[in-house]
Amino acid sequence: MIPYLEKRAGHSQTMVYISPFIALGLTLLGGIMLFSLLGKSPAQAMHAFFVAPLTSLYGWAELGVKASPLVLIGVALSIGFRAGVWNIGAEGQLTLGAICGGCVALWLYRVDSVFVLPLMMIGGILGGMFWASIPAFLKTRFNANEILTSLMLTYVALLLLSLLVHGPLRDPDGFNFPESRIFHDTASLPIILDGTRLHLGAVFALIAVGGIWLLLSKSLIGFQVKVIGQAPAAGRHAGFSVNRIIWFTLLLGGGLAGLAGMFEVSGPIGQLLPSISPGYGFTAIIVAFVGRLHPVGSLFAGLLIALSYLGGENAQITLNLPIAVTGVFQGMLLFFLLACDVLIRYRIRFKSVSGLRHG
Amino acid sequence: MIRNKLNMLAAGTRKLSTVLVALLVAVTGAGVHADGHGHGPKVGFIYVGPTGDHGWTYRHDIGRQSLESELGVETTFVESVPEGADAERVIRQLVTSGHELIFTTSFGYMNPTNKVAKDFPDVKFEHATGYKRESDNVSTYSARFYEGRAVIGTIAGHMSKTGVVGYIASFPIPEVIRGINSFTLAMRKVNPDAVVRVVWVNTWYDPGKEGDAAKALIDQGADIIAQHTDSPAALQVAEDRGVYAFGQASDMSQFAPNAHLTSIVNNWDPYYIERTKAVKDGTWTQVDTWNGIREGMVSFSPYGDVVPANVRAAADAVKEGIASGAMHPFDGPFNNQAGDQVIGAGEHLDDGVLLGMDYYVEGVEGDLPG
Repeated sequence: MIPYLEKRAGHSQTMVYISPFIALGLTLLGGIMLFSLLGKSPAQAMHAFFVAPLTSLYGWAELGVKASPLVLIGVALSIGFRAGVWNIGAEGQLTLGAICGGCVALWLYRVDSVFVLPLMMIGGILGGMFWASIPAFLKTRFNANEILTSLMLTYVALLLLSLLVHGPLRDPDGFNFPESRIFHDTASLPIILDGTRLHLGAVFALIAVGGIWLLLSKSLIGFQVKVIGQAPAAGRHAGFSVNRIIWFTLLLGGGLAGLAGMFEVSGPIGQLLPSISPGYGFTAIIVAFVGRLHPVGSLFAGLLIALSYLGGENAQITLNLPIAVTGVFQGMLLFFLLACDVLIRYRIRFKSVSGLRHG
Repeated sequence: MIRNKLNMLAAGTRKLSTVLVALLVAVTGAGVHADGHGHGPKVGFIYVGPTGDHGWTYRHDIGRQSLESELGVETTFVESVPEGADAERVIRQLVTSGHELIFTTSFGYMNPTNKVAKDFPDVKFEHATGYKRESDNVSTYSARFYEGRAVIGTIAGHMSKTGVVGYIASFPIPEVIRGINSFTLAMRKVNPDAVVRVVWVNTWYDPGKEGDAAKALIDQGADIIAQHTDSPAALQVAEDRGVYAFGQASDMSQFAPNAHLTSIVNNWDPYYIERTKAVKDGTWTQVDTWNGIREGMVSFSPYGDVVPANVRAAADAVKEGIASGAMHPFDGPFNNQAGDQVIGAGEHLDDGVLLGMDYYVEGVEGDLPG
């Protein structure tokens, strides 16, 4: 018997809900095999990954801290991906947002005003939008592939940040080490849960989920995004402007990525450093797809992926697992999640070997 | 018919997922584990790279292992922790999981270390290569790697035929610049016409970038490669291209048996053992340690076979001179890159100046970034 995939007539509604559980089950089985092979107790490993990080309020808050940028960027990217606009450069847009937001904080270093934070947020959003506008311009004007331009601009942004913190933004009292001053309290994000690091960014991530869900389901531009993504010819026939959608989705993705970058430097980091993001802009691409390009899906995907990072750190601490193993386990989880979604559109059938020979 | 089968499949998967969820609950519910109790404090480490980098992190991990073998204490490490928002959480996790002494082994952990330390006055923190000690339970430690650079610079002065040495540098921070300058000054004492070409790779650990930088430098005429990055990639390139190279942080001779001249070896073991003992005995106090060749924190791997006896003697003389205090890598007189004298004869730069070094000395080519 040879298994093969057969296309379904339509989406399987059952599978829409069941496939994540199949994926979790397969991850569990894979994990049991992996950890048993390494001579670790699978029970302890699963506990370390999925339960231990959430046994305290601090742990839940950290989940929020880690998930906020992922969700914020993930929902924004999912809109672009739905329209077939492949913004791979959210990491760069995040970096520009962090630079611009951080520059505002350092520029107003001695200003004690409630307007500092809003200005930083505007700076972060504009910085990210500016960086995303370059691929948008190149795409609409010269039809340059936005995958390449947005990705390459990420490296430009990272080098720009490096240049600034090694030079003009360097802490004057910092022995020439490449980092800015630590931001003033007025430029630091409010903590929304005492005794933790959970900051205002988490609220904005939730607002973004709700806002983009409304946008997609209720607004004309949301409708246009869906139509152009699924049937570009129909969209053009209906008079929808493809260029407008390209600009809209890139600016939205860039703006929210920039905001996420500003939240990182103003929240948990508190200053500009040569590296501010452990790849949130790239991980958010996975978040968008694991979340099936749906805002609420992105929220859950962001939380799950954040948990897998926390769990990975925890497994290193409590079980002395090397990071390579925690990485393999995270990869396994993501692979099964994405792979099981195939079952929504395909079903597994079995073909007898003799049938194959004749066919 | 099709619908029927679909329902069966759905029911089947539903059953399967129920079983799996039950399994998950069973497995994780049982997942309570007891920590072993060793003798003495539980010691935690966070590393910026993987323990298999064969360089910076690898040597810290050797130091950690020496705690287990020498003192029998329980240790934990977390590797490849990004310098940024994640570091604070990992340090805090180490605290809450019962570690009493925590070594944070990269510069970028400075602010998170100090932040967490304020909240946990009973836990001792040791931060490598930083300068902030904001509460009494934070010490800092580093090694005078520039002393090692003076030794390998001396060897380079003797061994380079083209008079061009390539230097792969990570980030333009004082520590790295100090190393380049110390290397250059020592090299030009032997060969006043030799120059150093620097490539900045903006990473501590990226074998691909490091290897590419080595190739570019060799193409520009360098016949010796020195590095301030952590992987042995540059040595492998040097071996392939038939030029010489120095190892960094650990003995890298295995990666380039013919090209390898010597490696500066970071030796953290004595310091880690001393500090852990101090916590155990209750005698730990805040210190700022900057040890060099004399104390053995900076040491060397054996010379490669290609290093002739007279060069070995010259290098040994520098090691002994620095260890005894008879010489200093930054003894005057020497000039900066622009040709202006930095310091006159009979003096050497003091630690304060060295800690903030942000210029090249004469003999280094190119501009300093930033």
